[in-house]
This record gives sequence, C-alpha cells and structure tokens, in this order.
Amino acid sequence: MVKHVIPKNLQEALNYLYTSDYHVIAGGTDLMIQKRNSSDLPPLFNSNMIYLFNLEELKYVIKEETQLRIGSMTSLETLLHHDDVPQLLKDVIKEMASPGIRNMATLAGNIANASPAGDSLVPLYLMDALVVLSSVNQNRYLPIEKVIIGPRKTVIQNNELIKEIVIPIHNFTKTSWVKVGGRQADAISKVSFAGAVTIEDDHVTDFRIALGAVYMTIIRNRSFEKMYKKMSLKKFKKLIPDILIQYQELIKPIDDQRSNKLYRQQVALNLIKDFIEKI
Amino acid sequence: MIKFKLNGKDVELNLDPSSRLLDVLRNYFNLTGPKEGCGEGECGACAVLLDGHIVHSCCLPLANIAEKEIVTIEGFSKTKRYQALASAMLEEGGSQCGICTPGMMIAAESLLNQNPKPSDEEIRIGISGNLCRCTGYNMIVKAIQTAAKKGDGLW
Repeated sequence: MVKHVIPKNLQEALNYLYTSDYHVIAGGTDLMIQKRNSSDLPPLFNSNMIYLFNLEELKYVIKEETQLRIGSMTSLETLLHHDDVPQLLKDVIKEMASPGIRNMATLAGNIANASPAGDSLVPLYLMDALVVLSSVNQNRYLPIEKVIIGPRKTVIQNNELIKEIVIPIHNFTKTSWVKVGGRQADAISKVSFAGAVTIEDDHVTDFRIALGAVYMTIIRNRSFEKMYKKMSLKKFKKLIPDILIQYQELIKPIDDQRSNKLYRQQVALNLIKDFIEKI
Repeated sequence: MIKFKLNGKDVELNLDPSSRLLDVLRNYFNLTGPKEGCGEGECGACAVLLDGHIVHSCCLPLANIAEKEIVTIEGFSKTKRYQALASAMLEEGGSQCGICTPGMMIAAESLLNQNPKPSDEEIRIGISGNLCRCTGYNMIVKAIQTAAKKGDGLW
C-alpha cells in the first residue's frame, strides 16, 4: 500500500522526506495524467506520495536588488499576473496550457518533470535561474542546467524538494520567445526558442540563446555566446551564417508524433537567424 | 480525512487523497455537471472553480483541495451571475449540444471574476482550455461579452 501524506508546513514535509521515500507532487497537472488509471479510479501511483501544493510557505514572489525569488508552489497563473515577474517569463507562461491548468501548474513541477519540451525551462536557462533544493540538512543552490541532466532525469535526491527558484534580474535590450506548436493553447512545443541581447553603443554586450524540444535537454551554450560579446552589431550580424553552423551541431531533435527531425532543426535555425536579423 | 467546502457546504471525506476531484464530485456527491471529456486537462468539460479560479478536476488530486472552496456548475447555478451568463448564452446561441457548456460557464465566471470587462482577445484566452465542437466559439465569445455588458455590476 502506498502512503499519501499532506504536510502542514515545510518542516513537516522535509521530515517526511528525511524519514522515508516519497514522490513529490505539486499541482498534479503532469503526474495525475502520467499515472492516469481507468475512469473512477485513483491514479496508479506506485510510490508514496507527498502533496506540497497547499504549503502557503512556498507561495511567494520576492523581488530583491539583484534577483527574484519564486516560491516553488506559486502557480503559473499567479506569476503571469505578478508585476515583478520578467516579461520574457510571462510571454512564455501565457502560451503554456490554459488558465485552468496554469492555476495548478508550477515552475517546480516543470523542472522536476524535466521534459525536453518543458516551455518554462527555456527562459529559466536563458536567465541563469538557480534552483534551491532543500532537505532537512541543507539548501543546495544549483544552476538549472545542473539540475536537469536528461529527459525526465534530475539530480534531485529522495530527501530533497524544490523550495525556490531564483532568477537574476537582467536588463536586456531585447528578448524574444517563439513557441512552435499545433495550436495556441494546450499545445506541447515542437520547437521553442528564447533569445536575449544587450546592445550598448552599437556593441553586443550580452547575447543568449536557449532552445527547447530539439535535444535531450534545453540547449544553451555559453562558450558560443561569449564569442560575440563586445563585438560591433554590424560585424555580429555579418556572422549569422557562422552562428547557424555552430548551433546546427547542437540541435539534435527526434521524430515523434508532434513533428520530425528535419522540420525541428530547420525551424530552430530559422528562429535564431530571425532573432539576430531583427536586433 | 480531507475537509473542503463544496458549493457552500462544509464536507469531509475519507478517501484516497490521490483520487481525482472529478470522480469524487460525480460519484460521492452526484454532481454530474463536470464531465470527463479527454481526462487529461485539455478539453475543460470537467472545469470547476477552486477559490473562484478555473481548474480542471480531472487532473486535480483530492489532497490539493484540502481546506479550499470548490464550486461546481450546480453551485454556481444558484447565483445571479449564472443567470446573466445563461441568458446571454441562450440569446447568442452559445450553447448547442451542451456538453462543453458547464465548463464554458465556469471559464467565463473565472474570467469575469478577475476581469469584469474583458476584450474579445481576453475572452478567447479565458476559454482557451475549453473545447467546443459546435459553435466555432464566436457565439460563446459574444455571449460572454453580452453577459459582461448586461450583467454590469455583478462582477
């Protein structure tokens, strides 16, 4: 028999995780469907479950001087309507699922689910988000790309839960988000793209690209990005063909029911090209 | 034991906390307004209000509504806002076969709660998680506009 526990506060939740193995469930919008059973029957959870969604302690958005701290059980819909949430993240959330799902879904759930097509992961990679993993003994602050290590694979330990997501505050000149999906709502991305650039005195001082659904994890390559820093915008734009060749090496999509390799790769490259051309 | 408020009444249940709210509503309370369409959060036929906001009861574990307030279409039907929305749906032909209608009404109520004077675009976003295969949506959008105008002050 699997056990189900609803902790009253964070400390109780951490104690449960410390003493026994539990699977964490937040809003349930992924897990309830992944473990779906026949109608009228509870889902087929094969591990003990711990329900965190109602922990008020984990529902907050705090703006500090250099960063935004988001409590892990804050719903996507709350973030969408919050003044302090960066516009890029709002642009992404707006195209995720639908209001009814967004009222339950969380960034933490998207991270722990670790889907290569998780939309909110793309801006989180782009903005250097940190994930705070809490256990009874410690808090670990890890960059998001160190948390997600493969499709559906994370480094989150059995005794840990995602407590907070920390997003550094940026002052980009321009950000862009493009989701390619079958329809505008309730679609899983075929390809997704986020770009950000900072231009000072006609020079590129910051350039970032993140791509979703075209590799095992979200793609972001800091060494490529560094090559273009301090470059004049004119010179940078002339390098578009080289940039595309660079990124082509990283983009390794799969064929599935939503799309195919060739389409995904070409569209991803087109989106990079379009973003740079329009700077 | 999970306690919550259902259509204004305090209720308590001793059930598997992972049970889908949809099954609980239909089987234990005989509330059949919320329906199972897709069973995976895409069609909105199972929509109910959680503390005034739309949620899809087919992917909502009972544990997540502990101490919260749930209103189904049956509970909502006793309000003036429902009357305003229902007559606007009739007037504009926003309901044909009717299977999406309870969910659409819940989506409209959730939207108007937050935004009493929505634009057409905002209405389309508000009902974007609810599928309708009869009306082509235009008549539903119009009905929600009509309800917002005629029911001015209710939201």
